[in-house]
Amino acid sequence: MQYSSQSVAKPYFIAAIGLFLGQILFGLIMGLQYVIGDFLFPAIPFNVARMVHTNLLIVWLLFGFMGAAYYMIPEEAETELYSPKLALLMFWVFLVAGAATILGYLLVPYATLAKFTGNDILETMGREFLEQPLLTKIGIVVVALVFLFNLTMTMLKGRKTSIGIVLMMGLWGLAVMFLFSFYNPHNLVLDKYFWWWVVHLWVEGVWELILGALLAFVLVKVTGVDREVIEKWLYVIITLTLVTGIIGTGHHYFWIGTPEYWQWWGSVFSALEPIPFFAMTVFAFNMVNRRRREHPNKAATLWALGTGVMSFLGAGVWGFLHTLAPVNYYTHGTQITAAHGHMAFYGAYAMVVITIISYAMPILRGRAANSEKAQVMEMWSFWLMTVAMVFITLFLTAAGILQVWLQRYSATPIPFMAAQDQLAIFYWLREGTGVMFLVGLLVYIASFFVGGETKSRAA
Amino acid sequence: MSGTFTKSMARNIFFGGTVFFALLFIALTFDSMQTLPKRDNRANLTPAVAAGKKVWEVNNCIGCHTLLGEGAYFAPELGNVYKRRGPEFIKAWIQSQPTGTPGRRQMPNFHLTEQQLNDLVEFLKYTSEINTANWPPNIEG
Repeated sequence: MQYSSQSVAKPYFIAAIGLFLGQILFGLIMGLQYVIGDFLFPAIPFNVARMVHTNLLIVWLLFGFMGAAYYMIPEEAETELYSPKLALLMFWVFLVAGAATILGYLLVPYATLAKFTGNDILETMGREFLEQPLLTKIGIVVVALVFLFNLTMTMLKGRKTSIGIVLMMGLWGLAVMFLFSFYNPHNLVLDKYFWWWVVHLWVEGVWELILGALLAFVLVKVTGVDREVIEKWLYVIITLTLVTGIIGTGHHYFWIGTPEYWQWWGSVFSALEPIPFFAMTVFAFNMVNRRRREHPNKAATLWALGTGVMSFLGAGVWGFLHTLAPVNYYTHGTQITAAHGHMAFYGAYAMVVITIISYAMPILRGRAANSEKAQVMEMWSFWLMTVAMVFITLFLTAAGILQVWLQRYSATPIPFMAAQDQLAIFYWLREGTGVMFLVGLLVYIASFFVGGETKSRAA
Repeated sequence: MSGTFTKSMARNIFFGGTVFFALLFIALTFDSMQTLPKRDNRANLTPAVAAGKKVWEVNNCIGCHTLLGEGAYFAPELGNVYKRRGPEFIKAWIQSQPTGTPGRRQMPNFHLTEQQLNDLVEFLKYTSEINTANWPPNIEG
């Protein structure tokens, strides 16, 4: 690595992978509860498992983003990090707060947790993805501000590249939009309206800036293509992202009590949201095809290409599938939504974090790339996890189509649970491919412990 | 992309486009806020409804159920449950959980007081009267 302070990224990446494993284990518990309803009841009720599953996802991605930023910004700014000590301190604060929150979910009834963590002072809990206790939410803001301070100071004293600027805009946007999680009016429609300002404007807004910056950084490094070209692409992609994605928020405003013109605004703009993802895929393949060097880290290149393809499929295609209002009228809040959520999060965010880890981790461990053997193993894990996720998505989509038909579309709609009983076969298949995903993740983790002759420089 | 299209042009389009569409979104939000009173049933937003919303939140109901289609997909939609089942059924159902039927999905017992149950029912009644553009398609949710 070029700057010694980049090494603070390492614990962030390790924590990200550890929490990722936790997320998948809880996913498997939930998947089993879909078919064996009383599995682990009452020790871990479904709502608790889901909270752990989704919150671990958010937290490990945040660890990944932060690690990525600590690795990238010194190199982009061509200067040491403003304060590596502060970065390490924040790592421990975030890890302890995160672990305490997860333990709180698992060990204490949620209502009790709410009572003892200040929810009566400011009611923010009990909303999807924002279940964190008030104390944790405040902790997230503090960690984010210190993190942003540290990186902004680093950038101010160094080179300001477009990749660095886009990354910082994404991270500042992430922190600013999170502030809406503190606004929870009694009016349910208002609550939902601004809840989406966190959730949608994160994943279909500012997070995509982070995604683009991470991908661009890795592509600059592994392909050797002129930075000017890659940064121009980056700006084009994030323009398309925000031009479609901001008004695209409207695809959540169809059926929650908001004015009906959102059916037009939301449908038209969100139908365009696949375009930036398609551009990202074309971008990744184009840059790799025009490469000026053969970087020894083949695994990182594979993850970068995979991010392009899978984010286009998961966020783009599977998003488009149910985003038009007349379709969404039937599919809203079914397994179709779950199918889209799984592939989009994996394809866009899980994969881009693994991309940067795959590129940076060998360097943090003192080599340009891992041994051939370790890379082959890592590439196996890529295919196992990615193919598993494709099938998880296909099975959930099949379940969703059947659910829509039985419960919403046929001439004689049947109750929710009666419909669920008929979907059992797809839930079993999904659980099976979930196990395959876990195997892939274990292979991925194991690949870090494979020795062999490492690569010292570009061939 | 051709050589005439430079990075600084791309950057300017990014900032211009983002600012324009962010402002448009804020304008639409402003208009929505003006229209909401006609649709969001705020006239019936009583203290009991507010208390019921809190009961809903601190028991993490959204962790299994959807409400107006948002939440988890493990258990039935509750935005229209007041119309589907009525107040007495809802209260009796919550109190009788878990069913303990082997292999069936289980809902925990949250040990709600009579007051909390009434508040929750008021919240679900208020929710069922929000104008959701005729969603869900039928009473099954």
